[in-house]
Amino acid sequence: MLNIEEGKIKQFLQQNNPYALGKLLREIENRPESSHRIMRFVYGYGGKAHVIGITGPPGVGKSTLIEKLAGHWAEQGLEIGVLCIDPTSPFSGGALLGDRIRMQNLTESDRVFIKSLASRDAGGGMPIYAFDMIKLFEAFGKDIVLVETVGTGQLEFRISEVADTVALVTGPGTGDAIQTIKAGIMEIAELYIVNQSDRPGSEETVRDLKMMVSESVGKRWVPPVLETTATKKRGITELSEELSRHKKYLESSGLWQERRRERNRKFFTRLLFEHCWQKINKHINHDQEIRDKISQVEQEKCDPYSLLHEVLSATLKIDG
Amino acid sequence: MSENIKVVMAKLGLDIHWRGAVALTRMLRDQGMEVVYLGNQFPESIVRSAVQEGADVVGLSTLGGNHLTLGPKVVEMLKEQGLDDVLILMGGVIPPEDIPKLKEAGIAEVFGPESKIETITDFIRNNVA
Repeated sequence: MLNIEEGKIKQFLQQNNPYALGKLLREIENRPESSHRIMRFVYGYGGKAHVIGITGPPGVGKSTLIEKLAGHWAEQGLEIGVLCIDPTSPFSGGALLGDRIRMQNLTESDRVFIKSLASRDAGGGMPIYAFDMIKLFEAFGKDIVLVETVGTGQLEFRISEVADTVALVTGPGTGDAIQTIKAGIMEIAELYIVNQSDRPGSEETVRDLKMMVSESVGKRWVPPVLETTATKKRGITELSEELSRHKKYLESSGLWQERRRERNRKFFTRLLFEHCWQKINKHINHDQEIRDKISQVEQEKCDPYSLLHEVLSATLKIDG
Repeated sequence: MSENIKVVMAKLGLDIHWRGAVALTRMLRDQGMEVVYLGNQFPESIVRSAVQEGADVVGLSTLGGNHLTLGPKVVEMLKEQGLDDVLILMGGVIPPEDIPKLKEAGIAEVFGPESKIETITDFIRNNVA
């Protein structure tokens, strides 16, 4: 497959249909470096999509919840993009992307576009090009973009770097789990959802969460705690209303703009970081002298700081 | 990490024998491919998913006798959507005398129950556009 041509990119953006979106997303997924060619055209298109991150531990019903939410909005005539991220095997590099099996009803709708993505070797469970994919969804006129993270532990906080609203989904009887996520995800979620609320232990989990939320005194947005049973479509309307309410809060408080600016800046920083590292790494691999020095560092014959300055002065001289 | 092969795997129609499709999904994952498992779907949804996912390969599993009707329909609908470079494979219990008809209809290869995983992955790697 050849690299995508500029004319083709423009043509796809003008076509604005699922085929074109599918092709552009696939291009970025297959060759992340093609973002360099595609994204310069995408930024002119703007977009006002509400980006909602759905995160939480594996098996609490994130995908099922997304099916019902997206279905609810599609019925109202909204255009929905869904980005589902599942983990890549550290052994084979392959991945089983299984979120769609919970979203079977959505494949009958023309208003919902689902893209499954493998996490690959991304830190924080979110490949850097997921950001570009969300931008593409926006450029294709989606009203809402739902991003489902990999099942979370403690590291997967990057969702807050791409979403306007982050909803944390959990299940009944996860009191201990809530304690563990308290430090990380507790700080980034704007909404708490106790799904599978028809199971025993739901009330306690809701109570625990409400208690934690009540500690956020003085904040202008107090995260609501909601109960849902996605499989029975229970609590979906309320959830959708709370998500809209958060969007309105972001807009009226000026946070919408502020956060997007911050997000764009963070993305740029990450981009810079990744590309600088790639360039430096490439340089190191081709420079026998530096490689010798590295082996001296390994044997503690040279200190890492001296080598650092040597590498920096050598690589910063190579042209961008 | 470029050039990861993306496979969309489906149980064709209402055929409930899912074990083979799931086992193969896992094996392809272990061979380094990125496999989207759809579960049971009819051609229209399979094709819509393949468009959205940018599939290199569409795998159709059937043991229910619908291969001659629904299989060619998937090929036809993918072409209608402009996805004429997708490799379409079939697996399951399919009478040998039907295989030529399926190939004529655009199914690239048919893999029966005795197929080795290497045979399948080699075929995919050699034939993905």
